[in-house]
Amino acid sequence: MTQAQNEGAPQQGPAAARADIQFSDTKDGAAALVRGAWVISELAVVDVALRAWNPAPSSAVVFDLGGLERLDTAGAWILYRSRRQLRAAGRTAIYRNVQPGHAALLARVEANDTAAPAEPVQSGSILRVLAEIGAGVAGALIEARALLGFLGLTMATLGRAIANPARLRWTPLIYHMEAIGFNAVPIVSLISFLIGVVLAYQGATQLRQFGAEIFTVELVAISVLREIGILLTAIIVAGRSGSAFTAQIGSMKLNEEIDAMRTLALDPMEMLVLPRILALILTLPMLGFVADIMGLFGGALMCWIVLDITPGLYLQRLNEWVPLAHFWVGVIKAPFFALMIGLIGCFEGLQVEGSAESVGKLTTKSVVEAIFMVIVVDALFSIYFAVIGY
Amino acid sequence: MHPEAIISIRGLRTGFGKTVIHDGLDLDVYRGEVLGIVGGSGTGKSVLLRTIIGLNAPLAGTIMVFNRDLAALNFADRRALERRWGVLFQNGALFSSLTVAQNIEVPMREHLALPENLMREIAAMKIAMVGLPPDAGSKYPSELSGGMRKRAGLARALALDPEIVFLDEPTAGLDPIGASAFDALIRELRQALGLTVFMVTHDLDSLHAICDRIAVMAEKRVIVTGNMMQMLEYDHPWVRDYFHGPRGRAALQAKV
Repeated sequence: MTQAQNEGAPQQGPAAARADIQFSDTKDGAAALVRGAWVISELAVVDVALRAWNPAPSSAVVFDLGGLERLDTAGAWILYRSRRQLRAAGRTAIYRNVQPGHAALLARVEANDTAAPAEPVQSGSILRVLAEIGAGVAGALIEARALLGFLGLTMATLGRAIANPARLRWTPLIYHMEAIGFNAVPIVSLISFLIGVVLAYQGATQLRQFGAEIFTVELVAISVLREIGILLTAIIVAGRSGSAFTAQIGSMKLNEEIDAMRTLALDPMEMLVLPRILALILTLPMLGFVADIMGLFGGALMCWIVLDITPGLYLQRLNEWVPLAHFWVGVIKAPFFALMIGLIGCFEGLQVEGSAESVGKLTTKSVVEAIFMVIVVDALFSIYFAVIGY
Repeated sequence: MHPEAIISIRGLRTGFGKTVIHDGLDLDVYRGEVLGIVGGSGTGKSVLLRTIIGLNAPLAGTIMVFNRDLAALNFADRRALERRWGVLFQNGALFSSLTVAQNIEVPMREHLALPENLMREIAAMKIAMVGLPPDAGSKYPSELSGGMRKRAGLARALALDPEIVFLDEPTAGLDPIGASAFDALIRELRQALGLTVFMVTHDLDSLHAICDRIAVMAEKRVIVTGNMMQMLEYDHPWVRDYFHGPRGRAALQAKV
């Protein structure tokens, strides 16, 4: 009974023997007295000691293993490594008093001797920075081309679907419209409402200095309708749904589901990409409309509180001084933003390769690129509307 | 002399929701043996493995590992215990953002304070030990074949020189040559390191080649344990079909 307890205890308790080594350099030869438990958890100190040991270059070196209590592969490794180093330097080095149980382990380690790979060599830092910039630019160009190709592919698939509407996947389309549009209504409403409030408040404080508070209504209405409502919605949707597209399609790609579709003669463009992009194009204008209304509502509330402009007066002023054209200028951009977000989200999803890390990296990239492209497209529209004087 | 039971399970009951997977399961694993767990699909082999290593909480029963009750351990003891076993999951479960060598260094980094170059050397040695080429260390898991991923997973499981290794279908998905090489590897490592191996498998050849004992799971428990001869004589429909079926006979002949 006592014996059994003793058997279990020394291995798990903190009282387990430590690894220990003692060196003796005499004229007759150098010896290392190896004692205690040479197991991986105890090796930090003896590893350093053994590396630093440089026995007098007189004669044979002996590793006396008689005092070893326990040995594992890591302990066997550092013993073997030291002996190998000495032998490589043309010295005689031997183990002595090897216990029967340890011989097999030492032999196994010896059989699996491979040089630890060297740290990868880093090239000069300036050169590396230049190389990275070059690779980045080249990568961006290649990707832009591939994205353009993807746009063409999407358009071709869309054309086929329009020519033959039976090919359109209605169930996923409706599902994605709900996920992208309907489920985003609360967050889009809240954010636009708050932006309307902020715009009105800031406008009121600034315009009051000129006695032009009443123009706050136009300020809020025009900026919300033309730009902010739809731009903000697009950015929220890019973060919410563009990222989801990349992650979903990317995980499917990792799981070989995309390959499975192809072998079943199902077109992933038709099954996955088109429903998502179409759903975005159909729902983003609606979401933009909701954002406009909520932005105007927030502005109205603030005008009422800060400037005593009653909701009635606010509406009247909107009617008289803010033409509907501003609304159309905003909402016409929505499908283009949607196309950008959907295209990039799906495209990056299909680029996923290899690992879960790749999904994360490309999801980030997809959101950043989508927001960037939305703003680029918005800028192009601004220039266009300025030129045609709308 | 009685062999020492390194894992001892009594009255284990597990389940998810209303589904009961194990009920009244008893099993002993002895130090230094290779135990093969077989059973039809859905009999809870993998669940048993996951329960022993603490990924599933049992509903009832005790699991003693190294003579200690897993349920009664505090966090620090539990961590100390976990260092004494290694697990190879079915697909290797390597961390995809790390190279193979870094994967093997993870447990050393997490649990021990070793010099950087020693960790690199040990990782390189383990890579050689499981039969991977030296250049595999700098590769990412996605660049390896399925068989190489399994070997890399085994190298990570062996990183801290554990006393028990749990293998979940180690030869599934390997070609027959790769599978027998993997069997030989387990056998060799067991001899050299004195490992106890707990292996869930479907592979009759593996059972013949390396298992000292076999435990058969059916009817929510382990219905019988014993060596291959005892299995062949045991009278239970599933056991008979399994070991006397065409594949069972082929594996037996190959062995003889």
